[in-house]
Amino acid sequence: MASVILPSAPSESRPGRFGIYGGRYVPETLMAALVELEREYESAKADAAFQTELADLLRDFAGRPTPLYFCKRLTEQLGGAKIYLKREDLLHTGAHKINNSLAQGLLAKRMGKQRIIAETGAGQHGVATASVCAHLGLECIIYMGEVDMERQHLNVLRMKLLGAEVRGVSSGSKTLKDAISEAMRDWVTNVRTTYYILGSALGAHPYPTMVRDFQRCISREMKQQIIEKEGRLPTAIIACVGGGSNAIGAFYEFIPDRDVRLIGVEAGGRGSALGEHAARFSGGNPGVLQGTFSYVLQDENGQIALTHSVSAGLDYASIGPEHAMLHDTKRAEYTSRTDAEALDALVKLSRTEGILPALESAHAVAEALVLAPRLTPRDILVVNLSGRGDKDMGIIAQELHLDSHPGEA
Amino acid sequence: MPIKFQSKPGLVIYLTAGDPSLEATHAIALEAIDAGADVIELGVPFSDPLADGPVIQRASERALARGTTLKDVLVLAKQIRTARPQAGLVIFTYLNPILRYGLAKFADDAKAAGADGVLVTDIIVEEASDATSNLLAELDRVSLAPIFLAAPTSPDDRLEAIAAHSKGFIYAISRTGITGKQQSLTGDAQSLVARIRRWSTLPVAVGFGISNATHVAQVAEFADAAVIGSAIVELIERSAPEDKSGHAQAAAVARFIKGLRQPEAALTR
Repeated sequence: MASVILPSAPSESRPGRFGIYGGRYVPETLMAALVELEREYESAKADAAFQTELADLLRDFAGRPTPLYFCKRLTEQLGGAKIYLKREDLLHTGAHKINNSLAQGLLAKRMGKQRIIAETGAGQHGVATASVCAHLGLECIIYMGEVDMERQHLNVLRMKLLGAEVRGVSSGSKTLKDAISEAMRDWVTNVRTTYYILGSALGAHPYPTMVRDFQRCISREMKQQIIEKEGRLPTAIIACVGGGSNAIGAFYEFIPDRDVRLIGVEAGGRGSALGEHAARFSGGNPGVLQGTFSYVLQDENGQIALTHSVSAGLDYASIGPEHAMLHDTKRAEYTSRTDAEALDALVKLSRTEGILPALESAHAVAEALVLAPRLTPRDILVVNLSGRGDKDMGIIAQELHLDSHPGEA
Repeated sequence: MPIKFQSKPGLVIYLTAGDPSLEATHAIALEAIDAGADVIELGVPFSDPLADGPVIQRASERALARGTTLKDVLVLAKQIRTARPQAGLVIFTYLNPILRYGLAKFADDAKAAGADGVLVTDIIVEEASDATSNLLAELDRVSLAPIFLAAPTSPDDRLEAIAAHSKGFIYAISRTGITGKQQSLTGDAQSLVARIRRWSTLPVAVGFGISNATHVAQVAEFADAAVIGSAIVELIERSAPEDKSGHAQAAAVARFIKGLRQPEAALTR
């Protein structure tokens, strides 16, 4: 039987701490639930029946393993490193989010919780969670910022179709951060009956560890596939970083391979001033937001800053704590690409390879477009294509004027 | 150094500092003390108050829109302390503003302002002694009382740890949930206070959802004090929000507080 979850990770200094980052910064009311969740997760890890059920669902329901695809035309055009895509966009519901939602859904069932809540930014985690809840017969409530509901409207409709209740959040910036706060308020109120399926490698322990473990199948497959195809490890892995779940999933198995560069791409938005982007490492400081100690975009008084990105999934003021550690230890590099670069990359990949990436994933593609020509044909880049761009067609059409009459564009 | 509750039941009054203005919070706090509040909890407004309901969220937004900072709140604390030396004074905050300010500097400045204690909503006892957020060591260094929340969901081993690290008083949360008014108190509160008493001789204050004299009378039967937050903040929101001096709000708050110790009046109304 394939082991879905490997034993505890070498990168945690102690449970829930990644160097100085991580921890559990929550109201006391949630502590009992977090301890219970940690215990249940540890016991599920050791439970062969749980792992078999998860492995079967990942294969038959979600569509794992996902292919590693060589971008022949793009590589030729750029004239440098070979570019591969890890096709998480081909998964059921359209992104890597289903890996985590399935696993946490099974945990909830195991704990006897019938009511599921989740937050969503781009809507991919919401759609994945709604699908899992439909599959498992669980009640599902999704919190989503009103700004995101508008720009990811298709996903709102999908969640409703799948039987979920979508609750709009009108506080603060009306985006992912506010959806998480509202989900936490629901959880603290209904903690005895409710399971919170957090969608990124964020929040209080055990979430960052657990979500990473549920996403590390990405790098495990990637490693095996690149060795099969190329007989060696890649020069670099490139992934976009919002909260950081697809990136940590894509990086994790390569952390001990010191020669493999790990490159996280944050949202550069439309400028470098606070409020115009979501580049936490260049613009943020260590702090506490929503349960964890990590880099946080904030003002000089410790108030959380507004963020901007064309992609809802990267539009968040903090970053998963394990990324903060990988950043400080310099094991991973973090850079950012702007809204415009992401849109250009989205068009380029669509027209060169016939693959429409999500706006989030397009940030990683944009980094590859810059990096590949600077490297040699001996080099290999693997881009984690975390999601597909169907959900973004409204924004893309608007930004690229696709609806305009011939000759106008 | 337990915080003294002069009257029975004790009253802890929460105010979001800077709503509708710092001057108003000052006026309201003094009137509240004169009307019978034993302790003022001075709330530091935060952009993402995830333990708070809509009333205190709105108050925080208004205070931040007026530019209220932690430094301002500490200046206000000092003014209240100078004007009313006998009242209890607690700084009530989320962790990030004081982390950014610097925990050591915060402890020094809160002490210098005359605060008695500090309550941080999103820190649990374990993290309060972690190297990255060692609040307990800093508060201990300047003899400020750490006040922790105890929840109905806290098992006994957690209550024991909370009791071991608390000074001043212990804040018992009346129900699972966020701050905000409720119709009636649940049985959660009474059994929680009974469990806390097994581990601590400190006064126990019950908060979350306490909004009228009937609630206060109920709390008085099993706890030392009641914390009133959202009901007061909402009253301030409703009373003449355009009056930034705070005189109208202070008068309304004083009337409300006097009524809180008269359950008969509340029942016959």
